[in-house]
Amino acid sequence: MATYNPAQSQAAEGPKTALSRRATRPYVNPYMGAILLGIVLFLSFFITGNGLGASGGMNRIIVYFEDLVAPTHIDRTPYLLEMAGGDKNALDSWVVFVGIGVVVGGAISGWANGRLKFVTDRGPNIPVRLRWVMAFVGGALMGYGARMARGCTSGQALSGGATLSVGSWVFMIAVFASAYALAYFVRKLWN
Amino acid sequence: MPTFPLPLIQLFGQGGAYLIYLAIGIAFGAVLEVSGFANSPKLAAQFYFKDMTVIKVMFGAIVVAMLLILLASGIGLLDYNLVWVNPTYMWPGIVGGLIMGIGFILGGFCPGTSLVAAATLKIDGMFFVLGAFFGIFMFGETVSLFDDFWYSSYMGRFTLQDLFQVDPGVVALVVVLMALFVFWGSEQLERIFGKKDLKIEPRWRYGAAGIIVLLGITLVVMGQPTTEDKWARMQTERETQLANRAVQIDPGELFDLMRNDRLKVVMLDVRSEADFNRFHILDARHILPADVPAALTDFHMEQENTVFVVMSNDEAAATEVWKLLVAESIPNSYILGGGVNAWLDKFSSDDFKTQYALAANIQPVDDQLRYSFPESLGARYPVAAPDPGLFHELEYESKVVLEIKRGPTGGGCG
Repeated sequence: MATYNPAQSQAAEGPKTALSRRATRPYVNPYMGAILLGIVLFLSFFITGNGLGASGGMNRIIVYFEDLVAPTHIDRTPYLLEMAGGDKNALDSWVVFVGIGVVVGGAISGWANGRLKFVTDRGPNIPVRLRWVMAFVGGALMGYGARMARGCTSGQALSGGATLSVGSWVFMIAVFASAYALAYFVRKLWN
Repeated sequence: MPTFPLPLIQLFGQGGAYLIYLAIGIAFGAVLEVSGFANSPKLAAQFYFKDMTVIKVMFGAIVVAMLLILLASGIGLLDYNLVWVNPTYMWPGIVGGLIMGIGFILGGFCPGTSLVAAATLKIDGMFFVLGAFFGIFMFGETVSLFDDFWYSSYMGRFTLQDLFQVDPGVVALVVVLMALFVFWGSEQLERIFGKKDLKIEPRWRYGAAGIIVLLGITLVVMGQPTTEDKWARMQTERETQLANRAVQIDPGELFDLMRNDRLKVVMLDVRSEADFNRFHILDARHILPADVPAALTDFHMEQENTVFVVMSNDEAAATEVWKLLVAESIPNSYILGGGVNAWLDKFSSDDFKTQYALAANIQPVDDQLRYSFPESLGARYPVAAPDPGLFHELEYESKVVLEIKRGPTGGGCG
């Protein structure tokens, strides 16, 4: 059975699809990543009082377009009303700008490190199309669950974890417990 | 008063504040990317014990941020009261987390990492982002079906130190030790399942482990500032305000504030229950000074156009409670100047004054009612809710200046 190996998967990506001629650099050591991410998270709290977030920004982008199409529907749904009711602009929130920043920052870093390429990362035994379907299904579940939990891995687990919120710690355990419980049954997807 | 978090909008305007959030987002995205979080097989390998990057980066980041936050708060640089702590809705959090776990193992990302993956042109990342948008949309359309559940098991700002009734420093040290154990375990798993050679892992990680343990111990020893410590730090400035009577508002100003549609006035009546029952201003909330600390979290949750006005019979008790409020950074806190007595002086009729005057042989004592109420009618005296028709264009020196709320404006992922 083929096993995942970071070095291999990097090499497997053909240079033809790369948008920059930069040499692909290896990822940083996880502990270094942890320190850097911890500092970014701290600075966010320190300067603004808010933590990080991703799904919140995506939520508001969706609601913004919904408001363009069906404003009366927004005004009749309390959950949506809070974000875009009346003449409120759903995009007028800090979390949207963090979300845009994540995309920009990811792109810059990907470019600078030679990792900006059209590629579908997948396990060795799964067809590309199935990987796409699974990505969409997984994304839909993630999106739904993240809104139910009032935050995703960034907004709940990281931010709430660092500020020692009980709910966020329980949430984090739930995410990992459920992923680990299911991992064996879907091992074909990744191994 | 701690300088951080900064009043961003006041300093830089709305646009400037958003630019700062954008910069934070860029740093966040870049860090996720360099850690390999745009690579779904690498993330999924976490669940087959082959590559434990996810847990190392996440847990490590939580530890680093936690230590820095508590350290900054401990030395008085950061106001922990103004730091957003995700409110706990226990069951929706658990159920949402379980659903997300399924999405994680099927899709290979979480929302933040999928954005980074899509930004680096990974097609699986793009499909995941589309899926996430769809899921988020579906949630917005279905949440009204289970509103009761979604708002259930609300526990507010509830931290591990509240749960275990220990000092935050102790929690921090325990979290550090837990993290080190998880890191050690992760490396063992990577060695067994991922066939990794631990010898190539950098040696500096031992040094880093030592540093976070030391920081944890420092936090335990140092402790977090108490209300007294916080007051001591702002004492000179605040005592001057008190001496200049900058925060003692005229009863007339309170009366106008109450009728200002754009404000929410929270009147805290801190007198004895007996006095409160004898007479209080309509809509004043009775709270004994000893109960104020427990109510601070609720006060912090109030909307940003809230003005807090503390009152006692004169000013002594109210001033003590006011000190507590400002030390715990409750915005827009004021004292009713002259207290309930001054209110009665200003708004009662001459008949009332003669009818309820203290008997001539009683000497008024400081911070006690200067009127005698034979019956406890609470707010049912006309003077408890004066007729605006009789009292308009009152003359007073206006002192309330609404400060723009600092710190968190909404949910972390709100």
